[in-house]
Amino acid sequence: MDNALIRQRLQEKFGDSLLNVDEPYGMLTFEVPKDMNLKVLQFLYDDPELRFQFLTDLTAVHYPGQPGRELAVVYHLHNLVDNIRIRFKVFTSIEKPDVFTATQLYESANWMERETYDFFGINFVGHPNLRRILNVDEMTYFPMRKEFPLEDQSRIDKDDEMFGRG
Amino acid sequence: MTEHHIKLPEGSIEKTTTTLNLGPTHPATHGVFQNILELDGERIVSAEQTVGYIHRAFEKIAERRPLYQITPLTDRLNYCSSPINNMGWHLVCEKLLRIKTPKRVDYMRVIVMELARISDHLICNSVVGVDSGAFTGFLYVMQYRELIYEIYEEICGSRLTTNMGRIGGFERNFNQTVFEKLDKFLDEYPAVLKEFENLFNRNRIFMDRTIGTGGISAERALNYGFTGPNLRATGVDYDVRVHSPYSSYEDFDFEIPVGKTGDNYDRFLVRNQEMWQSLNIINQAYKKLKEFKGADAEVYHADVPEYYLPKKEDVYTKMEALIWHFKIVMGETEIPPGEVYHSVEGGNGELGFYLISDGGRSPYRLHFRRPCFIYYQAYSELTKGSMLSDAVLTMSSLNLIAGEMDA
Repeated sequence: MDNALIRQRLQEKFGDSLLNVDEPYGMLTFEVPKDMNLKVLQFLYDDPELRFQFLTDLTAVHYPGQPGRELAVVYHLHNLVDNIRIRFKVFTSIEKPDVFTATQLYESANWMERETYDFFGINFVGHPNLRRILNVDEMTYFPMRKEFPLEDQSRIDKDDEMFGRG
Repeated sequence: MTEHHIKLPEGSIEKTTTTLNLGPTHPATHGVFQNILELDGERIVSAEQTVGYIHRAFEKIAERRPLYQITPLTDRLNYCSSPINNMGWHLVCEKLLRIKTPKRVDYMRVIVMELARISDHLICNSVVGVDSGAFTGFLYVMQYRELIYEIYEEICGSRLTTNMGRIGGFERNFNQTVFEKLDKFLDEYPAVLKEFENLFNRNRIFMDRTIGTGGISAERALNYGFTGPNLRATGVDYDVRVHSPYSSYEDFDFEIPVGKTGDNYDRFLVRNQEMWQSLNIINQAYKKLKEFKGADAEVYHADVPEYYLPKKEDVYTKMEALIWHFKIVMGETEIPPGEVYHSVEGGNGELGFYLISDGGRSPYRLHFRRPCFIYYQAYSELTKGSMLSDAVLTMSSLNLIAGEMDA
C-alpha cells in the first residue's frame, strides 16, 4: 500500500470533497470540509484495505490571516498493519468553531480534544466532557491563538536597567 | 435502610462511598498529578484524573525561539530519559532541513538513546518494586543509573536535563572517559540486571501483587492510544525503532519483547526484556563505532554551518565562522517552510513532534505528542473495581511522568 492507492480510494469515495492533497515529507496530507471529518475517520477505520485504526495525534493550528477558516484541526492517523501514516485537516471559522468529536471512534481522542479545546477553543460537538485540562478552569481565553504573542525580545519601551540589561 | 454504628443526623444525605484525593503531592503518585478516587471500602468505584499542575506552555514558548533553543524545553518532557527527547527534537529539525547525518553520529546517538532507555526503565521498574514493598532493588540499581548519568555528564556536561547534542550531531566527540565508563557499564550491568530480575520475577509476593492487576486488552489499549512498553505488554509488537527506523536503527539486530495480558506484571517483564535488548543494541553500536579509524573516528557532526555552531577558535580567527556564530546565537537563521511529523521511541512510547514552519526564524506551530498524556486516560478503566493498593501500583507501572503529561 502506498500514498497513491490511499489517495485513489479516498477520491473514489469522497470525490470533490477531498481538497489540497499534498505529500509534504512523504506523508499524505489532505483537507476535507469540517462536517465530513467523522465520515472520513469512519471510512478510514472501516475500510478493509485502509485500516487506519490508530489515532496518533490530534491538535489544532491557528491561521489568523485566513478569514472564515482560521482554525485547523489536524488528525494524524496510523495504519499499524501496513505501517503507513496519513494526516488530514478540517478548517473552521473562529466565530463558530464547531467540529464533530472523534471520541465515539477513539477513546484516545477524549483528552486530545480537551487539550485542543483548552488551547484553541475548538468546540467538539458531542464530546462527553469538554472541559479545560491543562489550564485552570477559570481561564476565559484560549492561549495558543496567535493574538496572544509572547513578548518581543527586541522591544525598547522597557527600562533595561530594571532588567539587568542597562 | 442499612444499620449504622454512627447515627446520621436527621435529613442528612446518605453517602456510602468515600472520596479520596490521591495526589497531587502524595508520595505514591511519583509526580504532580491528582486522582480523585471514589472508594467503597478499599475497592475503587471510579477514578477521575486531573493533570496540568506543572503545565509550562512549551508549545507556546517554542513559537518564539530559534530551533536550538527548543532543545532545553524537550529535556523537561520526560526527564527520566531526556537524551531521547533531545535526539528526537534534533531528528525532527534534520528532517525539516533535509540534513543527512554521518553514520558515526547515528551510532553515537543510538548509544546515548539506549542508555537513556535503560535508565528510564530502571527507574520505572524499581519504583514498581518500591510500591509493592521491595526497596532493595531500587537502592541496588540506583548506582548504575548514576553511572549512566556520569556518562551523560562526560558527553554534554549535565546529568538530568541534558540539552545534549545539536542539530547535525554532537557538540564534541566522545572522550576517553566516556568509553571507559561505557566499558564499565557494559561489563558490570548485565550481572546487576540479572540479579534485579532474580529479586522480582519469581518473587511470590511480587507476583501476587502484580499479576492480574491493571490489565488491559490489546484492542482497548490501541483504542486508548497506548504506545511503547505499555502497548507491547498487551501483545502488540509496535515499536517506532522498527516500524519507522530513524538514526540508523535498521542497522541493528534486536527483538521487540511482547507480553500477553497487559497487566502490571507483563509491563514489568517487558521493560526488563527491553533493557536486555538495549544492552544488545549498545554493544552492537559500540562495535560499529570502533570500526571507524583515523579521520573517520573524528566525525561527530554533519556539515551544516547554518545550524551547527562553529569551533570557538574559528569564531575568533575566521570571518565566516564569526558570522555563522552570530547568526545562530541570535536566532537569525530563517527556517525553510514546511510541515513535518516525526516520532521516536521514547521511554514511554511514541514521542512525536509535529512541526510547522512558515519560513520564519522560529516554528509557526510545534506540537508534542506525549505518550504519557494519551495513555493516562485509561487509568480510570484500568483501576475500576480494583483495590486502592493496586491502583498505586498501576500508576507507577504505567510510568507516568508529570513533565511529559503536562508539557
